[in-house]
Amino acid sequence: MDFNFSEEQTLLRNSVSKYLADNYAYENWRKFTRTEAGRDPKHWAQFAELGLFAAPLPEAYGGLGGGAVDTMVIMEEFGRTLVVEPYVPTVVIGGGLLARAGSDALKEEFLNKIAAGETIMAFAFAEAQSRFNLANVSTTAKKQGGNYVLNGSKAVVLSAPIADTLIVTARTAGNQRDQKGVSVFLVDKNAKGIATRDYATVDGLRASEIHFENVEVPAARLIGTADDGYALVERAVDEAIAAHCAEATGAMKVLVDTTVEYSKTRKQFGVPIGKFQALQHRMVDMFINYEQSVSMTLMVTLKLGESDGERAKAASAAKVQIGKAGRSVGQEAVQIHGGIGMTEELNVGHYFKRLTMLDTLYGNVDHHLQRYAAQS
Amino acid sequence: MNLSFSPEEEAFRQEVRGFIARACTPEMRRAQEGEGRSKESYLAWHKTLYKQGWVAPQWPTQYGGTGWNVTQRYIFNEETARAEAPTTLPFGLSMVGPVIFTYGNEEQKKKYLPRILSGEDWWCQGYSEPGAGSDLANLRTRAVREGDHYIVNGQKTWTTLAQYADWIFCLVRTDPNVKPQEGISFLLIDMKTPGITVKPIIVLGGIHEVNEVFFDNVKVPVENRIGEENKGWTYAKFLLVNERSGIAGVARSKKAIERLREIAGAETVDGSPLIETDSFSRKIAQLEIDLAALEFTELRTLAAESKGQMAGPESSILKIKGTEVQQRITELTVEAIGYYGYPDVHSLGDNEYVGPDYANGEAGHYFNMRKASIYGGSNEIQHNIIAKAVLGL
Repeated sequence: MDFNFSEEQTLLRNSVSKYLADNYAYENWRKFTRTEAGRDPKHWAQFAELGLFAAPLPEAYGGLGGGAVDTMVIMEEFGRTLVVEPYVPTVVIGGGLLARAGSDALKEEFLNKIAAGETIMAFAFAEAQSRFNLANVSTTAKKQGGNYVLNGSKAVVLSAPIADTLIVTARTAGNQRDQKGVSVFLVDKNAKGIATRDYATVDGLRASEIHFENVEVPAARLIGTADDGYALVERAVDEAIAAHCAEATGAMKVLVDTTVEYSKTRKQFGVPIGKFQALQHRMVDMFINYEQSVSMTLMVTLKLGESDGERAKAASAAKVQIGKAGRSVGQEAVQIHGGIGMTEELNVGHYFKRLTMLDTLYGNVDHHLQRYAAQS
Repeated sequence: MNLSFSPEEEAFRQEVRGFIARACTPEMRRAQEGEGRSKESYLAWHKTLYKQGWVAPQWPTQYGGTGWNVTQRYIFNEETARAEAPTTLPFGLSMVGPVIFTYGNEEQKKKYLPRILSGEDWWCQGYSEPGAGSDLANLRTRAVREGDHYIVNGQKTWTTLAQYADWIFCLVRTDPNVKPQEGISFLLIDMKTPGITVKPIIVLGGIHEVNEVFFDNVKVPVENRIGEENKGWTYAKFLLVNERSGIAGVARSKKAIERLREIAGAETVDGSPLIETDSFSRKIAQLEIDLAALEFTELRTLAAESKGQMAGPESSILKIKGTEVQQRITELTVEAIGYYGYPDVHSLGDNEYVGPDYANGEAGHYFNMRKASIYGGSNEIQHNIIAKAVLGL
């Protein structure tokens, strides 16, 4: 067992952290999240320069051959500054699916693009009725000659408005909730027959409801084999969960530090409110929640390569921890800040919102407690 | 960064596993389950480990430690828990031993450390007093210097297993006229000294585990003082940090959850195993998740320690979370056994049971484990420690 970061990983953390400190200040975040695109595209290009996309990808396709620990380091820093760029759908989901199951041609084309920051992907998996079941897919893909033809709708596709490529789960066989029969496609977002309704999310991202009507996708854009996409998707989602756990710990750390600092300056009854034991113990619980979340993030990150069952248990265990801790830390941060914590102006509320939505993403506490118990 | 074990570490695991299988007798295993255990039953495993040279993994090698790294210590704990081997008592090995090799003089090290290792000396902890629980620095047991002796008068309480102890390490007040923390000294006192009286306290669960210890003009040689006079609070706090991190008990809790799963698999609800009910399986799932978080927090702490960082106030997290998990396990076990939580084992003869074997004594164990969030500095005090020392509040 080894719990040390490599020299490369430490350098990576320093460079991400420095770039974000210098260029991703909260005041700027406030401005660009209110624009129509909801982002400042220059950061994506800079992330590419810094090698963040290449970091976890295979060397044969423009990557640096790192792994989940590199992603963890990057996402923790992203969480600290509320980064809105779709790193996880593009690099973790897209990069992960392609590296593991993509054809040589798909790898050659897309992994190089991902590593260079030349593509943005969105993951269209959820449907209005699917809730957190990744196998609940009613969107269909029918083979016609050299194409698959997609019909159906996807719900709350995060970052879709800025993406050029969609990763779509669609049913090529079986019934609506069967794991067998789910397939995964890379779909050009400009393809004929795609209609989107774009909107902002409560945590500063952008998303779309997407409708597919007779959208033709070349068969070569199938990732893996037809009907067998479920296991691929489940693994990619577990990897995304690990990445978002890291993001959540970064966000929690900011809330713990900000709240503790605030309690040392805010005075009531003539003393700093941090002198009150009722508040001290609550802030300690925030701190413990954060520390336990760091531990669970490490746990899931280091167990992603184990058997499917062990990996699923690890991911669900971590998601339960992060879901509960994130919600609690967010609520307490707002409560201890009092009225000022309720304002849009202060950053605290935005971290609270991000953490709240991270609990929902890829399944909330209840869902993952059930999934964990089912694996035991 | 990785969780894998090297071939050398796997070989070490086999060595530990083989040793335990050979050396830990069924009597030793069984002895720890009984209440009102004899002194010999506590010491049998300690002495076995001593002969093997493995009794003090946490000590520096020059004093008889094993020189194991973090992973080896982790493996050793896993294997002893897996085999349900007994635990060693912490009072000498984890508490006063490290104080002596860190703050004691050469003579003290030579005199006391070998006897702690061998199990010849049984130590108990003279910290709490009737008026000094969470507010430990408020202690009143007085030590007055007379020539080359201190004369000690006062009372300690909640003294675990003092009935067997050869020695007690004591916090005593040597200067009543300064801030409470600045007038405390750390004394080692021979329990056979005239003037010491031990009286039992029976706690929930019906067992004699703790005592009151009275000091009536007890003469203690000055050479039995650790470090400087009136600096005892520093040594006392050092000991408490070690005590806290030792309380986490991850490997033991893993084993206890395994047992809880077996019990919940044997108990039925209208013919189906309790463990398959939605509500109970979720409770166990949550418990395992909490334990996993604790395990990785402990591993992070150990990894930091192995890089030379001392265990700090963060060890309070291990104490809080470790005891919460332990208590939750006993709580769910009592929940699992249903009506057979009722029989009081003390009303039955030796080796007599009512109901399934696994239910025997579980309720008493649950009641007794409420102590865990009180001892070693109550969990509320641990919150205060983190608030002050980590968050700077």
